Amino acid sequence: VVEGLALLDLGVSPYSGAVFHEVRLPSGSCSIPLLCPQSLCLCLAFLQITDVLTAVALYLAIQDFNKVVFKKQKLLIELDKYAPDVAELIQTPMEMHYIPLKVALFYLLNPYTVMSCVAKSTCAINNTVIAFFILATIKGSAFLSAVFLALATYQSLYPLTLFAPALLYLLQRQFIPVKLKSKSFWLYTLQYAALYLCNLVVIICLSFFLLNSWDFIPSVYGFILSVPDLTPNIGLFWYFFAEMFEHFSLFFVCVFQINVFFYTIPLAIKLKEHPVFFMFVQIAIISIFKSYPTVGDVALYMAFLPLWSHLCRFLRNIFIPSCMLIVCSILFPVLWYLWIYAGSANSNFYYAITLAFNIGQIQLISDYFYAFLRREYYLSHGLRLTRQDGTEAMLVLK
Amino acid sequence: VSHYRLFPKALGRLVAALGVRELHLALTQGFWRTRTWGQPPLQAPAGAELWVWFQPTVTDVDKAWKELSNILSGIFCASLNFIDSTNTVIPTASFKPLGLGNGTDHHLLRYAVLPREVVCTENLTPWKKLLPCGSKAGLAVLLRAERLFHSSYHSQAVHIRPICRDASCLSVSWELRQTLTVVFDSFASGQGKKDWSLFRMFSRTLTDACPLASQSKVYIDISPKNKEKELLEVTPPPVSLYEAVVQGEKRTYAVYDLLSPSLFNTSRSLNVQLKWTRPQDTSELPTPVLHAHRYVSGYGLQTGEISTLVYNTHPYRAFPVILLETVPWYLRLYVHTLTIITKGKENKPSYIHYQPAQDRRRPHLLEMLIQLPANSITKITIQFERALLKWTEYPPDPNHGFYVGSSVLSALVPSIIAMKEVDMEQSPLFTSLFPSSDGSSYFVRLYTEPLLVNLPTPDFSMPYNVICLTCTVVAVCYGSFYNLLTRTFHVEEPSRGRLAKHLANIIRKLRGVPPL
Repeated sequence: VVEGLALLDLGVSPYSGAVFHEVRLPSGSCSIPLLCPQSLCLCLAFLQITDVLTAVALYLAIQDFNKVVFKKQKLLIELDKYAPDVAELIQTPMEMHYIPLKVALFYLLNPYTVMSCVAKSTCAINNTVIAFFILATIKGSAFLSAVFLALATYQSLYPLTLFAPALLYLLQRQFIPVKLKSKSFWLYTLQYAALYLCNLVVIICLSFFLLNSWDFIPSVYGFILSVPDLTPNIGLFWYFFAEMFEHFSLFFVCVFQINVFFYTIPLAIKLKEHPVFFMFVQIAIISIFKSYPTVGDVALYMAFLPLWSHLCRFLRNIFIPSCMLIVCSILFPVLWYLWIYAGSANSNFYYAITLAFNIGQIQLISDYFYAFLRREYYLSHGLRLTRQDGTEAMLVLK
Repeated sequence: VSHYRLFPKALGRLVAALGVRELHLALTQGFWRTRTWGQPPLQAPAGAELWVWFQPTVTDVDKAWKELSNILSGIFCASLNFIDSTNTVIPTASFKPLGLGNGTDHHLLRYAVLPREVVCTENLTPWKKLLPCGSKAGLAVLLRAERLFHSSYHSQAVHIRPICRDASCLSVSWELRQTLTVVFDSFASGQGKKDWSLFRMFSRTLTDACPLASQSKVYIDISPKNKEKELLEVTPPPVSLYEAVVQGEKRTYAVYDLLSPSLFNTSRSLNVQLKWTRPQDTSELPTPVLHAHRYVSGYGLQTGEISTLVYNTHPYRAFPVILLETVPWYLRLYVHTLTIITKGKENKPSYIHYQPAQDRRRPHLLEMLIQLPANSITKITIQFERALLKWTEYPPDPNHGFYVGSSVLSALVPSIIAMKEVDMEQSPLFTSLFPSSDGSSYFVRLYTEPLLVNLPTPDFSMPYNVICLTCTVVAVCYGSFYNLLTRTFHVEEPSRGRLAKHLANIIRKLRGVPPL
């Protein structure tokens, strides 16, 4: 970002080069603290403020969400939708009281968040926008939710997939059932989509007028989609495209990009009753498979883990993914140093840790997903499962 | 109407067909050591350098440039066809046309340098073929490849420009200048003595002049140093002496005119010999007024810093210099880290033109006009980050490193001694080689060292492995999610040890006992 501002000072469009890929609006707002290169503290203070804002937004959002969950639970109990012996699975206000604080602390004290702040990464701003989007959605304000979602999509393309969980949540709040034939469903969907698209168009045009050219579109979105820069990061893309045969690179770029967007519809169908969990899984998928992931993205979805602390008893293998994540986080800087500075390791070492880190993340998310689905099954079918002859049965995914 | 009696037809047709106004091509092996050898008469960067001004009538300059570099690659047997958009830049201020003509729209200029290009005898042969007499008569008989490449520095250049045909400048003709700059290390080969002779250097002597030449002269620099006349002796004694102020110094040249009949009277061949009468203990060449030095610093394969040191040794005059840096796109320059420090204080350039690179399309171009105070050293530093390239973009020896072409310093250096206008008819060599527009300064173009930079490399033996492993990770995610999304929970009877039960049943049947 400093480079982009320096280029602007020289009178050159910052997008004419290949170094600057951020969008204009936030960089314009950041220009004040960043223009003084000596004011390192100012820059860090700015990022710390954004982190605190994210934590506050998450706190308020989860507080509201807890109320919604409790109300829904009460409704389902009254409607007798739950099996008789699931009293220990029901969430009580006592245990839910500290969850918002835990979520905020999980985000603020996460070493990944701290690392991202120290590295002065603009991911913090991205996280803040997504956190405000979640807050607006849970509060039920469709307009604000569309505004923040448009901002998040404008910065990096992938939050587009968060449109589906937000829509499902808002529909639930309006008590509109999700049926494909229902007119009110389509009406609300179109309203929300229109809000979102209008906001997006307004923001893009505003960017155009700030710099008087459409240069930023290929530089920002083209860059995210076509992955030209192969600087090593914690994701899967860089080494894959470094070793790709030229002939297939377009095909695999398309496959990898589709892979991010492609889980949305099946997840929407499966998790239409639980849009906030859907949002959590979607954010996790974005941060694993996006083209240039950073640890700040990982920190954002990890902040939600206290919210699902009632699923802990159903997690099958939580030990291995958490160990993998911890070990990989420690080994990342070590192997990077060995490859780039000491010259005694190869790029393969760093790549292997990347693979292990991503598999750890995937296992973590799928484990939580499994636990969530299992709890839902127990809630509707009871905890003591018996077979026809009365003996205790096992639960299998088939 | 074109006369190809003297001008080589290949170049003439090329210039006419592609609308070239000026062409300068230099192929160099080695680097000119300014501190040991003094100011070069005409310096060229290591490798191949090509810069061309096109006529304003050319509509698609890039296409013409590509065709031109391909055709020149064929003519000179050099791999100039590697010149493409990733190493071509459009300088705005450094390269002005040397020939006639006004209108300097810099979009008609293209500059490219290939630092990795190696020059060998294959390049010398077509260069010699362009001469009217070839290497059969005249001065060019001295140019034997095996002696010329046994040198510390070898540079051959071709310059084409339009000039006035005569003093009234009513018509324009093309001028082709071919220059060959060679530095022989005679100290090592001459048994420790600095005496040289044409025969010892070239293993040939001059026998006659080229019949097509209107002038054929040999100039030997016998400028006295420290005002002592009897330091060296030239045999055969020169017929005439020529004095000129060249690059700010007064120089005396011994002239041998090959066309004068008196030269070859006594012997059939001319072997010029120079002997030092008194052994030179300290032969310090005067430090040139402007010289520069460039190096890359930093450790590790992630970042680095390019530093250029520019020296102005003039005792009291300050003058500006234009610095042109072309850096390949895979070294991402950060222009906010550009610092210029002179005598401990920051020196802001009066003109900066920076064009950032685009990945795989365009290199970085940085042009600055820096004022150099008298007797000072200016340090220009800029930091860069190294990119990871795709595995097919590495050269066959990736750990050798990547070359960064020399940067160009152009300046009008103020001369200590006043220079007077020289008539073009009398000495065409000096007017074209050392032109002086006014008597007080002379134009100097310097090149700095090329740099060798290492980039991080991926493992080249692993394309299949990487594709398989990455796709495995994606498949793990897909598999887990597919399972969770398409399957539902069922109560299932645990089938414990079905195989064991089956085996037990077989044994029971053998025993005649009812099965489980």
